[in-house]
Amino acid sequence: VTGFVRRTAADLSAALENGETTSVELTQAHLDRIAEVDGPVHAFLQVDTEGALRAARESDERRAAGNARGPLDGVPVAVKDVLATHGLPTTCGSRILEGWVPPYDATVVARLRAGGLPILGKTNMDEFAMGSSTEHSAYGPTHNPWDLTCIPGGSGGGSAAAVAAYEAPLAIGTDTGGSIRQPGAVTGTVGGKPTYGGVSRYGLVSLANSFDQAGPVTRTVLDAALLHEVIAGHDPLDSTSIDEPVPPVVEAARRGADGDLTGVRIGVVRELGGEGYQTGVLARFEEAVELMTKAGAEVVEVSCPSFVHAFATYYLILPAEASSNLARFDAMRYGLRVTPDGDPSAEDVMRATREAGFGAEVKRRIILGTYALSSGYYDAYYGQAQKVRTMVSRDFAAAFEKADVLVSPTAPTTAFKLGAKVDDPLAMYLNDLATIPANLSGVPGISVPSGLADEDGLPAGVQVLAPVMADDRVYRVGAALESLLTAQWGGPLLAQAPELTGGVR
Amino acid sequence: MADPLLTYDDALATFDPALGLEVHVELNTETKMFCGCPTTFGADPNTQTCPTCLGLPGAMPVVNGAAVESAIRIGLALNCEIAEWCRFARKNYFYPDMPKNFQTSQYDEPIAHDGYMEVEVEGETYRVGIERAHMEEDTGKSTHVGTSGRIHGADYSLVDYNRAGIPLIEIVTKPVLGTGAKAPEVARAYVAQLRDLLLGLGVSDVRMEQGSLRCDVNLSLAPSGSETLGTRTETKNVNSLRSVERATRYEIRRHAAVLSDGSKVLQETRHWHEDTGITTSGREKSDAEDYRYFPEPDLVPVAPSREWVEKLRVTLPEPPHEKRARLQADWGFSDLEMRDTVGAGALGLVEETIAAGASPQSARKWWLGELARRANEDETDLGSLGVAPADVARVQALVDERTLNDKLARQVLDGLLAGEGTPDEIVSSRGLAIVSDEGALSAAVDAAIAANPDVADKIRDGKVAAAGALIGAVMKEMRGQADAGRVRELILERLT
Repeated sequence: VTGFVRRTAADLSAALENGETTSVELTQAHLDRIAEVDGPVHAFLQVDTEGALRAARESDERRAAGNARGPLDGVPVAVKDVLATHGLPTTCGSRILEGWVPPYDATVVARLRAGGLPILGKTNMDEFAMGSSTEHSAYGPTHNPWDLTCIPGGSGGGSAAAVAAYEAPLAIGTDTGGSIRQPGAVTGTVGGKPTYGGVSRYGLVSLANSFDQAGPVTRTVLDAALLHEVIAGHDPLDSTSIDEPVPPVVEAARRGADGDLTGVRIGVVRELGGEGYQTGVLARFEEAVELMTKAGAEVVEVSCPSFVHAFATYYLILPAEASSNLARFDAMRYGLRVTPDGDPSAEDVMRATREAGFGAEVKRRIILGTYALSSGYYDAYYGQAQKVRTMVSRDFAAAFEKADVLVSPTAPTTAFKLGAKVDDPLAMYLNDLATIPANLSGVPGISVPSGLADEDGLPAGVQVLAPVMADDRVYRVGAALESLLTAQWGGPLLAQAPELTGGVR
Repeated sequence: MADPLLTYDDALATFDPALGLEVHVELNTETKMFCGCPTTFGADPNTQTCPTCLGLPGAMPVVNGAAVESAIRIGLALNCEIAEWCRFARKNYFYPDMPKNFQTSQYDEPIAHDGYMEVEVEGETYRVGIERAHMEEDTGKSTHVGTSGRIHGADYSLVDYNRAGIPLIEIVTKPVLGTGAKAPEVARAYVAQLRDLLLGLGVSDVRMEQGSLRCDVNLSLAPSGSETLGTRTETKNVNSLRSVERATRYEIRRHAAVLSDGSKVLQETRHWHEDTGITTSGREKSDAEDYRYFPEPDLVPVAPSREWVEKLRVTLPEPPHEKRARLQADWGFSDLEMRDTVGAGALGLVEETIAAGASPQSARKWWLGELARRANEDETDLGSLGVAPADVARVQALVDERTLNDKLARQVLDGLLAGEGTPDEIVSSRGLAIVSDEGALSAAVDAAIAANPDVADKIRDGKVAAAGALIGAVMKEMRGQADAGRVRELILERLT
């Protein structure tokens, strides 16, 4: 891979600024790359060539007139298909939304447009963001650019693969239980989950409203911070959005790049590691901790006992919220409509449409959630789960007394083979073991590549977590770790990924 | 098939009724409960919608502060406690006119709870306990097209989402006990007074005929003296004051017949049919109906500060019973006149008519006389007649200035009821004004005297009462469009 697609967003921003290139040229280069490699990768569900080039031309005109809107004006971006895009189909990876063209933009999308970023298209995902492999997409799985027979993680495997395959310098993901961070880890890319409420959810098709958070998917920590700054900030259309200044994430990422962690207290979470984690993943994690220690960090072990219940808690609250969110897909106003034979009632049409339009995983969670909310079970399940959630937050608070940031492996394993876990929901759910606690309590996190596991040569990741609205800390520590590791590797981890061409590797 | 009924007296001889009233009030906020769409009534279908009230994927709600303010004021006016912290919840069920297939409502954390309202019926005061008043959003409106006009057998259905998301306050009473045979009147008076209270607060148009105030009547019977409540039915679609009373009475008789027969009342939703005056079974309400309530995760809790609540308390109009006492004194009404006015649900209408310039007695006379008669004929409420208090005041003004006499005034009311425009427009379009042309009037009087010489002689002999026959003749000649008083004067001028 050569040329513009190889470069970071920060680089491209500079190239636009100094006149080395134009947004049209950059955007076209990425569209060409998509045309070249997306057949086998299948990161995109929808490519908006015309819209992207139009936005690129407008960006070039602005820049020529001296009115560039910000550092990323003209740098193209891919958007997970769970965010509403005005005039561009939005399917959430589901048959039931096939053909739906939103009449409005999600706030994140509106901010991308306002920032001048041409939108290349919409990326693949597990149906309604339910999954950790992108295999639950109704439109076929995305393949991991490191090994096309492996999963790219999920639910945002499309965004991570697009960035890893150099189809986009930047992408937007959403993280409900790890859907930004886990794909980042298994594709050797960077994924940031902002503080819950830090980025507007307006226009993000809800999976679990109290967990969902959109964030940046990139190849470097600085790029993630630059994208974070474009999309973050209070939105009056989202009541759960935080009305406070955006933490200084770009500044933090730049500062962290010096690799100095003197005085930073780093907590290793005892419950997020050990049994159930792949040897190579743990080895890379331990090396990363060692590197950070050498860079001046003070490493302490912290215990968050309630985290062992986080998984069960998550799988009660998520299906409950999802079962209600997904009720609106009833064929009455938009999307798929299946009309049974005879003289069907509205209820018959709803039933037939939902039967045909939802995949097995979605149905499984609707049934789980409906059950958990049923009268007589609510207190035992949903009510109890909310209490555990409070305990998880207390554990975080206690841990952040002892440490400025917490670290753990992002995912227990590297990318597994496509099809390996698709029939074993519990095994699939366990991919998010380490990422879920952050969603339960709303704290920000980032996953950065930690290296390749010895046993399979596939990437692993380290996640860095910080207190609510201290997103800058994850960027500082993430950037420092990235800088220490790339120095060791002699370049970015992705440089070790196999070349992709039009054919399967 | 009609249900068997017991006579009302027999029913009350054996059973004590327990009432429960659920009233839904559409607030008159400018925008909807959770989005910025306008709430204007009668706009073209689906023109007042946006991603949020259409429940489009990804769209989110934001609470309307004005609606919360109205809810708090209603709660305070109903002597409720205002929650320091409360949340919205999702009520999950599938229905085509509900865009998200859940209604954003309040469940176990209502904004207002534990209040009461004093209801007066024929001089007696009943305290109706208020369980709760909570905020929620309205659904869209389905129209079933086909010969039946109902969902069953319809060719197709149309949904208008303009109404989806209009703010509603649901006001639920505690069981109202001890009303005995007065239960139907108490039910009606409660709704009538609640309507007046809401009107006074200025929070709703409270027009039952437009559905901005909707009432469900819960009723159960227990054997006289029993401590436990019987099985209740919930009667829906009770959309006029008159219907509240009739539906309550009907359900008392129906329940009594079922129970006297040794059967059990089925816990169910009933539908009131205004035309036939009966209720029919709707869906069975059993434990199977599970709305799977849970707190709305897209909204943050509503936590009105005590300062705000106290500030709103100051904005409340005077309490209804105090207001009634004051109005009675101001208007010089007798106890009986006042009771009749309140009982007819005409207090607010009379008040507005007086405010528009009519004298208290004339306002009362119109609303409790001619208009009450018309409402009764049409089997509707005064408030649903479609006659505005200002129009009534104008009719009275036209009478006072002798443009109309009583008979012509009644014809103007016909015009108002038929929606022919303002009183002045009707006077002019129907040509109803009294002939004030003295020449024409004098000629008619002279003609009447000439045609009835024997009557004229009687009057000349001092039998003034005989003038009525001549007046009648003149009025007939003038086709009613004369001022009878002036005619009498002209006759007496000539003959005495």
